[in-house]
Amino acid sequence: MLVIDCPFCGKRPEIEFTYGGQAHLTRAAQPAQVDDQAWTDFLYMRTNTKGVYAERWRHSHGCGRFFNAVRDTTTDHFLAFYKAGETQPERTP
Amino acid sequence: MSAIPAKDLRTAAGSNAPSGALPSSVGRTATGGRLDRSRPVRFTFDGKAYTGFAGDTLASALLANGVHLVGRSFKYHRPRGILGAGAEEPNALVTVSRDTARTTSNLSATRVELYEGLVATSQNRWPSLENDLGRVNDVLGRFFPAGFYYKTFMWPQKAWKAFYEPIIRRAAGLGESPTLPDPDRYAQRYAHCDVLVVGAGPAGIAAALAAADRGLRVMLCDESAEFGGSLLGDPAASIDGRAAVDWVAQSTAELAAKGVTLLPRTTAFGYFPHNFIGLQERLTDHESAPAPNQPRERLWQVRAGEVILAAGAIERPLVFPGNDRPGIMLAGAAQTYLNRYGVKIGSRVVVVTASDSAYQTALELKAAGVTVAAIADVRRTPAGTLVDAARRAGLTVIDAATVLGTGGDLRVDRITLGQSSSGSVRTLETIPCDAVLMSGGFTPSVHLFSQSRGKLIWNDDLKAFVPGESAENVRSAGACRGVFGLAEALSDGAAAGAAAGPSVGPAGSTAAAPAPRQFTVDAPTRSVEGYLGALPVADAPSKEKAFVDWQNDVTTKDLALATREGFISIEHVKRYTTTGMATDQGKTSNLNAMAIVAQKLDVPLPRVGHTTFRMPYTPVSFGAFAGTSRGDLFDPVRTTPTHEWAAARGAVFENVGFWKRARYFPRAGEDMHAAVARECRAVREGCGIFDASTLGKIEVVGADAAEFMNRLYVNSWTGLAVGRSRYGILCRDDGFIYDDGVVARLAPDRFHVTTTTGGAPRVLALMEDYRQTEWPDLKVWLTSTTEQWAVIAVQGPKARKVLEPLVEGIDLSAAAMPHMSIAHGRICAVPMVLFRVSFTGELGFEVNVPADYGAAVWEAIHAAGQAHGMVEYGTESMHVLRAEKGYIIVGQDTDGTVTPDDAGLAWAIGKSKPDFIGKRSLERASMKAPNRKQLVGLRTRNGQVLEEGAQVAAKPGQAPPMELIGHVTSSYHSAVLGYPIALALVAGGRQKLGQTLYVPMPDGDVEVEVTAPVFYDPSGARING
Repeated sequence: MLVIDCPFCGKRPEIEFTYGGQAHLTRAAQPAQVDDQAWTDFLYMRTNTKGVYAERWRHSHGCGRFFNAVRDTTTDHFLAFYKAGETQPERTP
Repeated sequence: MSAIPAKDLRTAAGSNAPSGALPSSVGRTATGGRLDRSRPVRFTFDGKAYTGFAGDTLASALLANGVHLVGRSFKYHRPRGILGAGAEEPNALVTVSRDTARTTSNLSATRVELYEGLVATSQNRWPSLENDLGRVNDVLGRFFPAGFYYKTFMWPQKAWKAFYEPIIRRAAGLGESPTLPDPDRYAQRYAHCDVLVVGAGPAGIAAALAAADRGLRVMLCDESAEFGGSLLGDPAASIDGRAAVDWVAQSTAELAAKGVTLLPRTTAFGYFPHNFIGLQERLTDHESAPAPNQPRERLWQVRAGEVILAAGAIERPLVFPGNDRPGIMLAGAAQTYLNRYGVKIGSRVVVVTASDSAYQTALELKAAGVTVAAIADVRRTPAGTLVDAARRAGLTVIDAATVLGTGGDLRVDRITLGQSSSGSVRTLETIPCDAVLMSGGFTPSVHLFSQSRGKLIWNDDLKAFVPGESAENVRSAGACRGVFGLAEALSDGAAAGAAAGPSVGPAGSTAAAPAPRQFTVDAPTRSVEGYLGALPVADAPSKEKAFVDWQNDVTTKDLALATREGFISIEHVKRYTTTGMATDQGKTSNLNAMAIVAQKLDVPLPRVGHTTFRMPYTPVSFGAFAGTSRGDLFDPVRTTPTHEWAAARGAVFENVGFWKRARYFPRAGEDMHAAVARECRAVREGCGIFDASTLGKIEVVGADAAEFMNRLYVNSWTGLAVGRSRYGILCRDDGFIYDDGVVARLAPDRFHVTTTTGGAPRVLALMEDYRQTEWPDLKVWLTSTTEQWAVIAVQGPKARKVLEPLVEGIDLSAAAMPHMSIAHGRICAVPMVLFRVSFTGELGFEVNVPADYGAAVWEAIHAAGQAHGMVEYGTESMHVLRAEKGYIIVGQDTDGTVTPDDAGLAWAIGKSKPDFIGKRSLERASMKAPNRKQLVGLRTRNGQVLEEGAQVAAKPGQAPPMELIGHVTSSYHSAVLGYPIALALVAGGRQKLGQTLYVPMPDGDVEVEVTAPVFYDPSGARING
């Protein structure tokens, strides 16, 4: 079970959280302007990275906030936690 | 016992064995062992009574009684004995029973602690262990090669269920599960520590001492009843001038005094991410009469700052023909039985070894009065302290030895040795014996390290995989990382304990780091050598099987066959041959199997690699995982304010999510159909009362609440007046219906959103997702109010008459309170929000009162309603009533591929809105295709009630594979209409009204007519009454 460092509440066990999928997918401000292929990619295509991956979590059994995390999917080690809307930090060793 | 005498009966030099018949067992030593000989313990095995001592395992007690035959092998039903002395045991699986419910199968006899009255039985044999008919499989062995099931039982397909599967299941079972519920209690506990030490052998104890010296929070667990590990079977060793076992006792006391959590009988079975370790603590399995309320096991979930693995090493068997007979055992196990349990494994033994350690066993057995007929060393030039000592003691040492076969029926009675030189093997001699002890060297126990995703690296000197780079905060110490030798293991453990965990002690501890502990050790030095793979065989090899994996009956031939058939990945070889599977997970077999595959493929062993080490290290009871989450505590239960009332009325409940909902209220003599028919008629003719409290309720509040709702739901909300409500549909961005419900505007900046019962949490999560991450600029707040309100639906033509006398401050007339309006007032003096809303198609109200008043208001309405024929109804009637009106239930009539238009709800979409969740997807051509599945009604021509989920076909009489155009989503008998009704999703359904379609069922097609989905009151006159 992962230890997740909620930017609002601190370190908590994974059972308090819900996974939110890939981070930094932006919904177009005017979806009507987006062509079918780009919209399909937005809906369905995910990178499924082996390695460093930015993803969303929600502290659903805590503060209820969505936030972002950078995780190495090969080790499950987190490299960063940051609030929704913030840019992905530079990778720190 | 075999009556066949060994043909080549040459007595090995230096032996004083009697010729002729050998005694079956020499049993217990006169003294010694870690037993309480003042406490005899009685037990039975296969119904026969035996006696052991306190401190025995079932295995040691059986061996002391001369019982070597303890089981039959999985596939060939060969007689099997005890191979090991601990968790590695592949053979000695038994069933231990306290009563019919407390029966555990597949326990390893080497891990079952003896208690007074223990009842154990052998497995996988019929009619008896000595005369097992399944043994015919051994003779027919050449018809059971690797992959036998896949190859043999291919067809006819129908024979699988009727014939092959039952036979295979009966023949292949390992033990039987009890059929009664487990009556025992299981506890669970979470723990945190700075350092968790796994394994309380010399390295583990030294590590725990060093970590505790630094003031850290330390936990130390060991799978055995006693701490000490290998030291318990090694009386020759001494540490700091004391016998090793005394050092263990003193160190354990010191650890306890330092506050270290000591967990004997506790197996670290799984290593999970972020240093989360699962421990299984066995609390009562060793007790004759456990206290009734004591938990049987405790599951520890430990979050450790750092983990020190001191798991030791497991001895490897040697692979030679006939290496599985009872009496053939690991040399280290024989040493453990001698020294820890006071059991002599035989009277005349032959040792076959590739390492020095077996020499010590041989010397100790000789000292205990056992004849060591020969030491067959597979090494070309064995040398060293222990080898010299053996030669000095007059033991015969044969170098470059190999084993060409063994004999004996239910126990080994002879072994044929050979010698290899310059590539060929010559037969040496056949030696009578009653035990063969073998050692192929030691395999470091890297299971947990590998589970932690640490990389294993091949060490060619040790011929073993050892821990490499760690993925977690973990380090290994002692034999589990290839550091053999007592002095080395102690130093390694102490160094690990000194370095592990936080660099400073807990707050307030300012003491300087203590000086590292030094240990003075007196123990024989041994070379670290071993053998991998099968021993050399003669030019005309024996027809006897040479086993690699005892538990799964995998032989060298099976592995060779797998590679010949093209399996080159070790993971595929494992699954094809089953090597390394089942309860022992290949603890003794994996490395030999890899070596044989490497040799057959002619590649270096590291290229073959190793299979994945999976949890659990040893089997864990399901009860430990379940803990108290069983029966009533399995899941949370949510009940509505009227639950007790409904239960007292004999309501039948159904589970909807965690909710218990009254499904119907049967009266005397009624079944569900009769009750539902009565309830539905009452609602249509008079009035009914229904608890709708489980509906999800979310308040959407704020200056931008309307904008938020506009962006989220397909409907337009800007024009919704305060005091009015609207049926809302929520899609996901893929355009498919996600949820629905009535949304009321309580104030310009306040919406009361209702959701489906099961959908409430996910709707709130979806709302929060958009609010927080897409539109954080909107001024809007979301609050779940599901449990704040009791919702009492009063439905039917007389609903207004029932409520009018109870309601204060609201004009209920059709003009003042039309359909889809809401009003604030009081009912029975309780504050209320009244919704004029209907899920039945009748005149209807939903009374919302604070949940605490729900039961009282319900009872008041119910009492007042009796004068008007009011009937309480449940979810089943609610389903029928809504289906008569063609109202969908999300998740029943939709399945995540249904758009609003598919469901006939395109009217709800706010056409002028620039965007809402799902709008862009609904613009795609495929989402507007005319042949999409659309919601329609179906009426059967023969009056039959269709099955929900049944398929719909355009053409009758098709043979599979049929061309299918839809499926039935809802189907009921309508008592009010007098015929069955069904809703279905049918391709291009709305163009097929009036047509005949076919629902293929096992006994033929059912003809159906396509209708509009609204069966009752299509004009909607009643709802506006």
